[in-house]
Amino acid sequence: MSASGLVTDELQPPPTPSQPRPVVGLAVVGLLLALVGIALTVIAALRLRDYNNDGVISTIVGVVLVLLSLYPLLPAAKAFAGDRERSRLLRDDKLVPARRASAAAREEAQIAMGYSVAAIILAGFLLMAFANDGGVAHTFFTRSAWNASFDEMIHAFWTNIWVAVVAQVFVLIFGLLLAIMRMLPGRAGAPLRLIALVYCDIFRAIPAIVTILLIVFGAPLAFPSAANWNPVWLGIVSLSMTYSAYVAEVYRAGLASIHPSQSAAARSLGLSYTQTLRTVLVPQAVRRVIPPLLNDFISLQKDTALLSTAAIAEVVLVSKLWESNLFNLSPITLAAAFFIVITIPQARFVDYLIDRDAARRKGA
Amino acid sequence: MAFLEIDDVHKSYGHHEVLKGVSLNVERHEVVCLIGASGSGKSTLLRCVNALEEIQGGEIRIEGDTVTGAGVDLNALRRDVGIVFQSYNLFPHMSVLDNVMLAPTRVGGASKSEARERAMQLLDSVGMQDKAKSYPDMLSGGQQQRAAIVRALAMQPRVMLLDEITAALDPELVGDVLEIVRELAHGGLTMLLATHEMGFAKEVASQVCFLDAGSILERGSAQQIFEEPREERTQQFLSRVVKSGRL
Repeated sequence: MSASGLVTDELQPPPTPSQPRPVVGLAVVGLLLALVGIALTVIAALRLRDYNNDGVISTIVGVVLVLLSLYPLLPAAKAFAGDRERSRLLRDDKLVPARRASAAAREEAQIAMGYSVAAIILAGFLLMAFANDGGVAHTFFTRSAWNASFDEMIHAFWTNIWVAVVAQVFVLIFGLLLAIMRMLPGRAGAPLRLIALVYCDIFRAIPAIVTILLIVFGAPLAFPSAANWNPVWLGIVSLSMTYSAYVAEVYRAGLASIHPSQSAAARSLGLSYTQTLRTVLVPQAVRRVIPPLLNDFISLQKDTALLSTAAIAEVVLVSKLWESNLFNLSPITLAAAFFIVITIPQARFVDYLIDRDAARRKGA
Repeated sequence: MAFLEIDDVHKSYGHHEVLKGVSLNVERHEVVCLIGASGSGKSTLLRCVNALEEIQGGEIRIEGDTVTGAGVDLNALRRDVGIVFQSYNLFPHMSVLDNVMLAPTRVGGASKSEARERAMQLLDSVGMQDKAKSYPDMLSGGQQQRAAIVRALAMQPRVMLLDEITAALDPELVGDVLEIVRELAHGGLTMLLATHEMGFAKEVASQVCFLDAGSILERGSAQQIFEEPREERTQQFLSRVVKSGRL
């Protein structure tokens, strides 16, 4: 008998040993998906070869694709073999080995399914590209159009990069000032807090394209001296104004996420409010907001394309000129490729920075 | 005139009164221990002395100079009054050395090399010289708390407030930290400490105050408070502490 009400002697019934789970169903699904993937890949490879007039390269690419699509057959076969193994072990009443065999076989079947589905998606994408007698491929992926427009496009793309980098620097500074303005203490800070709040509300509400039109076309009318400015600078100003409002919110969330004990510790050492912000709060907040900040920066890079509406010769405007010249959308696909090429390394670079910072603090 | 005079201090959060008229004098070189249950106002009282909390009534004086109310240079006050927190509150983005050097260089007017030398000396005296370049997340709780004590000492405060500095530590790490406090007490540093380490309070305190529900219910020498408490609430509190094996 137990001496305390906290402990009871009642036991649960002994568990029944669990049976190995079935394999055949999964294996059959894996095999069927593999066959569908192979069929679609073969069709896509034939279309690819047709479109390129039976060229050598397209033939090689097609053969490689078909060979790759055969891969899921291997795990599917292993799954069926595992199923036989499972039945054999069960007959011999070896329960635990049978459970392990079934788990391994199910895993193989799932691998077959995963790779087959990937093959189906890729083949489907290829088929779509060669749909309409190669109409899709012709419209978006014409090499001659790329060759013709490349030099002018890459030159125009420098404008995008330059605008993005300069605007990002402005946004970093101005956004932080706005965030700090929104956190100013006391009654003295109240009117400034209000201004910062209204600014953020308004510029997050106005579509970026509207701000660009107002600033690029409006500033020269309002300030005649601005008419002598390169309109690219006005574009930078308008993007900076829009994105500062977003980034201010990101900073503010970062500053708010630092535990008040950090501020208490800094103040208790005699640091002033400003010193506490500069040496303790902002450095920690900035580390925390790097990922969302990068998100806004990628968005800013893409929005440099909006400057095309203000007749600034950036990459999308140039690609549209080529498009109407050639009656072909491939230059615009090329512009898309440019943006992809500069964005992905940045995302990886920031991942690296975050990992490095974490590793250093953990002493690894 | 005592060195630190706390005179009828009232503190409320909204309608909840946490300190209901606390008065306490701390002489120079004295070590005063505040004991009492959680929520009795020990930590709040310490935070008020350091002006991390604003008080609603009463006055706090250091060497006769009023340090509460409008117009006081809080940054100057805090240079004289160091505080160490229960949760260490080291700055995680700085190495231990930078944590210690921050205040001397930014507000103490020390040069980098002076501050570094002094910081290394202090770290050496608590057995942390080889951790100077480490970041707080790499250290054990005991090491972090020792670094936090050094950080507060680097400003050469005239009084130290210790807010349950061993409450978050594993039992085997408590000894190292208390050893440092013991050394500071023997060195003659004026200290006001909130603690649950009754044995330690008994050993170092020149005065023990029992706080209950926002006021000092009983005060006296450590011997008197622990061995013959007069108030019933003090007796209850101490008997509960004994039951939990902490005295």
